[in-house]
Amino acid sequence: MPGEAELRLRERLGKLKNAGLLRGARVSGELERLQRQLDKLEHEPTDEDIWRSVELARHQDRPYTLDYVGRLFEDFFELHGDQSRADDQAIVAGIARFDERTVALIGQQKGRDIKERTRRSFGMAYPEGYRKAMRTMELADRHGFPLLTFVDTPGAYPGVAAEQHGQGGAIARSQAAMLRLQIPTVACVIGEGGSGGAIAIAAADRVLMQENAIYSVISPEGCAAILWRDAGEARKAAAAFKPDAAHCLELGVVDAIVPEPAAGAHSDHDEAARLLGESIQEALNDLDGVPGDDLKRRRRARFRSLGVFA
Amino acid sequence: MSRIDVSIEHKGAPEPQQGKRHANTCPKCESHYRDDELEQTLNVCGQCGHHFAVPARTRIGQLVDEGSFVEEAAELRSEDPLGFFDLRPYAERLAEAELKTGLGDAMVIGQAAIEGRGCELAVMDFTFMGGSMGSVVGEKFSRACDGAIERNVPLVSVSASGGARMQEGILALMQLPKTVAAVEDLRDAGVGLISVLTHPTTGGLLASFASLGDVLIAEPGALMSFAGPRVVQQTTREKLPDDFGLAESNYRFGHVDAVVPRAELRATVAKLVRLFSDAR
Repeated sequence: MPGEAELRLRERLGKLKNAGLLRGARVSGELERLQRQLDKLEHEPTDEDIWRSVELARHQDRPYTLDYVGRLFEDFFELHGDQSRADDQAIVAGIARFDERTVALIGQQKGRDIKERTRRSFGMAYPEGYRKAMRTMELADRHGFPLLTFVDTPGAYPGVAAEQHGQGGAIARSQAAMLRLQIPTVACVIGEGGSGGAIAIAAADRVLMQENAIYSVISPEGCAAILWRDAGEARKAAAAFKPDAAHCLELGVVDAIVPEPAAGAHSDHDEAARLLGESIQEALNDLDGVPGDDLKRRRRARFRSLGVFA
Repeated sequence: MSRIDVSIEHKGAPEPQQGKRHANTCPKCESHYRDDELEQTLNVCGQCGHHFAVPARTRIGQLVDEGSFVEEAAELRSEDPLGFFDLRPYAERLAEAELKTGLGDAMVIGQAAIEGRGCELAVMDFTFMGGSMGSVVGEKFSRACDGAIERNVPLVSVSASGGARMQEGILALMQLPKTVAAVEDLRDAGVGLISVLTHPTTGGLLASFASLGDVLIAEPGALMSFAGPRVVQQTTREKLPDDFGLAESNYRFGHVDAVVPRAELRATVAKLVRLFSDAR
């Protein structure tokens, strides 16, 4: 049963095959990528495939934002703090060079060892983190730097102080800030795209998702605890709400799936970074030369079109 | 160490609640009311001031000029994009909610007038699947923004929701940026948004349009937190303050402009609609 996404891909594939001679090497690269995505879509992920994604997305050796930053960018300068209250290290932000131009970047950052994990709250940001993100978005907009975001969080931090500092409002305003930008924006889900904490930095022109990443409205454990009244039913919950990349592509939530090394991104950080860099490059090329006002208008229209109803 | 017998302290304490409390019984002070009594007090407990939940249509009746409300997009229904099935199919839960509430989904939108001034309304109903936001709520809010822009009148939203609707998976999460994008279009058009937060406004609602009003008003005692008290307790093992996430606490921390008792809500909203209309 071909889904709408598959039909769209087939249509694009058909167009690209004919245009191949005109547009040279870039097209053949995209052709290959689309073909891979199509192959993935042709067999619907099984419940086991979905659970494997959940495990790989949370794999302790999976590359995190700074692993990609180190491999894809030059002259990285990290921005610290929300210029008001604190520096939330669950989110890293900065400016750097990517393919001969300055870009701004924002990403959640988990930790490698227990000390770093604690310092970075396991990648769960406080409102201060989202304010740091907003400050970086506005900086990028002022200077016309394209904005790249790396999404990898179990969710926004659920704590008393986080609530007192305005967690909900900060997530809402971060999306709003992103939907106001007049610069090219590319978001990539590189691990766990956990709920509001993820979408706060993912309202982009192009949303990419790594092959084994997950993107969901709630964690499988959280969903199981509420609907099955048993967090142990996480597998069933994941199979029901389908947080895997293929389903997100089919629903139009992401624009492209970024391939990973065959055994998963954790098996080869360099190769994972190379593949991610290629996809980011393609996405930025697509957005090149589009006037800022159009970017903003299309971005809003894209998100306003999401949903299924009758 | 032997345990201390504390049973004496429970002597004379009221029997623990058996089963469900009647909808007209106050959960705080146990006062019970007839339907017509609650209607007269705008669903507020006369004894302790507890604000009962208000269904969307009742809320609209309380807020707007009689006969002025014209509903829009009433025909929208969710499509169950995932064929979601937990202990029961989502499609069955939807049908049951519609039978129970007489609503197509957890939000009612339309045109209305408050003290003679035109406005657009987007009112949520907690009794429809916990007021959860899926594709239909997102689309209705989005259309309410367009309606307000088209007629150049302020938008009044009244939220009551546990957050995003899990049964619609990732598309439910996408209703956050969808409604935020609609608010951004509203702002660009110079149209005001008055956001009324009622019990509860949590999760994805607080993390999207409900927090983005030009003015934020909360009802007394309304829970408005991103993470619910139980989740915070379980994740962090922190001791929660008694007023955790409540409207009064949010007011103290600077997240809402006013906590307005229901008896004064209509007058307050009317004043704001007036102010935002006269600005043009």
